[in-house]
Amino acid sequence: MSGQTLYDKLWSQHLVKQRDDGTALIYIDRHLLHEVTSPQAFEGLRLAGRKPWRLDANLATPDHNVPTTIKERAEGNAGIKDATSLIQVQTLDENCLSFGIEEFKINDPRQGIVHVVGPEQGATLPGMTVVCGDSHTATHGAFGALAHGIGTSEVEHVLATQCLLAQKMKNMQVRVEGELGTGVTAKDVVLAIIGKIGTAGGTGYAIEFAGDAIASLSMEGRMTVCNMAIEAGARVGLIAVDDTTIDYLAERPYSPRGEQWTAAVVDWRHLVSDDDAAFDKVVTLKAEDIEPQVSWGTSPEMVTGISGQVPDPAAASDETVQRSHARALEYMGLSANQKITDIKLDKVFIGSCTNSRIEDLREAAKVARGKKVADSIMLAMVVPGSGLVKRQAEAEGLDKIFIEAGFEWREPGCSMCLAMNADKLGAGEHCASTSNRNFESRQGYGGRTHLVSPAMAAAAAIAGHFVDVRGLDSAANDPTLVKEA
Amino acid sequence: MQKFERLEGLVAPLDRANVDTDLIIPKQFLKSIKRTGFGVNLFDDLRYLDEGYPGQDIAGRPLNPDFVLNQPRYQGASVLLARRNFGCGSSREHAPWALEDFGFKVVIAPSFADIFYNNAFKNGILLVTLAEEEIDRLFQEVEPNEGYRLDIDLENQRLITPSGEVLEFDVDAFRKHCLLEGLDDIGLTLKDEGAIRTFEARHRVQRPWLFRETMKVG
Ligand code: SF4
Repeated sequence: MSGQTLYDKLWSQHLVKQRDDGTALIYIDRHLLHEVTSPQAFEGLRLAGRKPWRLDANLATPDHNVPTTIKERAEGNAGIKDATSLIQVQTLDENCLSFGIEEFKINDPRQGIVHVVGPEQGATLPGMTVVCGDSHTATHGAFGALAHGIGTSEVEHVLATQCLLAQKMKNMQVRVEGELGTGVTAKDVVLAIIGKIGTAGGTGYAIEFAGDAIASLSMEGRMTVCNMAIEAGARVGLIAVDDTTIDYLAERPYSPRGEQWTAAVVDWRHLVSDDDAAFDKVVTLKAEDIEPQVSWGTSPEMVTGISGQVPDPAAASDETVQRSHARALEYMGLSANQKITDIKLDKVFIGSCTNSRIEDLREAAKVARGKKVADSIMLAMVVPGSGLVKRQAEAEGLDKIFIEAGFEWREPGCSMCLAMNADKLGAGEHCASTSNRNFESRQGYGGRTHLVSPAMAAAAAIAGHFVDVRGLDSAANDPTLVKEA
Repeated sequence: MQKFERLEGLVAPLDRANVDTDLIIPKQFLKSIKRTGFGVNLFDDLRYLDEGYPGQDIAGRPLNPDFVLNQPRYQGASVLLARRNFGCGSSREHAPWALEDFGFKVVIAPSFADIFYNNAFKNGILLVTLAEEEIDRLFQEVEPNEGYRLDIDLENQRLITPSGEVLEFDVDAFRKHCLLEGLDDIGLTLKDEGAIRTFEARHRVQRPWLFRETMKVG
């Protein structure tokens, strides 16, 4: 008999009951909540006269609707000018208060994007099942946790029963072998993976990311990769536990202490796929082949390397692809065969649950240090993922680097990742964005999003168009500085 | 949840792959704290020529005459024919709420995104997965035949075209059962309360650090 994959192990450790009809009841260890997908779930609970099953499994924070300008944030909830946004945040506050769920409120220093907050607090631990009414919950899989997004009905289900009804997924392994080049980051790796397997490539699978290039990533980098598993169609992204994982978790507020820590570490060391584990599908990429990536279209799979060009729709193999490429080019205002480096930008957004952690801000700051944002850029903003990331960045002086270069330095939240707050693109504006989705109108009605890494976004802000971060005369390419920060 | 057994409904074709949840219901409408009323903003960016916002009176908004759901022949459609990877993107359940509120009871496509798939069934929407060739054929049949309707029989997992052709489809036994009976998941799960308690007690002993009240924190 062959061994178990990491996913198989996590699944069997949480299996409450297997039903004859193929579904299973899975126990949920951690449930993260935010204001957008929870109100209807709490309402459902109230209407049915039910109570949360286990309060200490839940942790909430508002993120999608919170303003990120310093002035508005100083006013707390009162700074939320949009009445419907305000109601959502207030509803979360009220629900957490009345049901007894811990919440990091708008101006708590621990508030932030839910997928930044959980790991940072140690509220996401290896071996957990983690769910949240948000598709980027896959992020937490970077810790060897089984984590995925759920809908609002499922949020209610987890609150009421501490379980989910699930069906076991298939196993896919994506291996990135070899060493990444200087200036090539976790974001480029995951965009290259999506470019290769497509946005439906992982549908029905739990993807485990493996290989030397993945193992060499920091926890921040691993979270960036797992975050975008959903853009490859997979609800679950996973990375095996190793020293990097364990070192990151030591002394976090919610991490265990003393003999429980010791016992936990022993347990976590098993959270790897066995050598003889069988995967239903294996995809391999060579790290050396990956260059900094830029998306040119309206789906994350519409992506290419910085030295590439916008494709010619006529060259696509099947008709559905031809049509979707043609439509994407029209929407994006690009022409076939245009060079990626010729794409001019109007705005730059560094932030989101994909790339708003301290390491991301350090990478962007290295590029921005001593430079100026191009005059043609209307707005370049840096939005830290949490209050604690912001504090850390300020302690390192990164805020000054950004401000001196002409970036706006903001308060934590989802911000222009999906533009539910006041931060938006105007119609036709091109934005270099470190977020995860370039769908039509995602960052504002008619807005045009290009997905890139933080270093590439910073470089684009300075040049006014895309440039290869590897060719820059900047600290980013000084190997002595790369590791030190 | 509403029961679903059999439906004979008008088909509207949406000839576009990778229809994402932002397209189904743009984010500005997620600010509602209710489950209903999303139908008027279904496919908002495609349906109207201006930018929509929540709470707006839709009566004065300019419609996009080219968008399929605005064409007179598709009024009252309850079956949406779509292309591959329908529902990709976010976990927002507002997407199936909007489809349902608009009047769609069935979506037929070659493939669906995972989270959307769950969410749709939980809201009584039947998703029918057919082969690409079958979908191509249905698209070809709908276009020239005004009033094209499909008969969808969940019990027997068959779909019958106006010409009498029968296409069979797969649907997993649990979801089928829930749709046919209109069952509430939470009630069903709570029948296993004992099993959950037993599991939880053992889990707590094996891995106490997963439970904050038994965890030693600093
Ligand atoms: S940062 Fe963007 S993708 Fe992440 S949770 Fe917020 S809105 Fe969703």
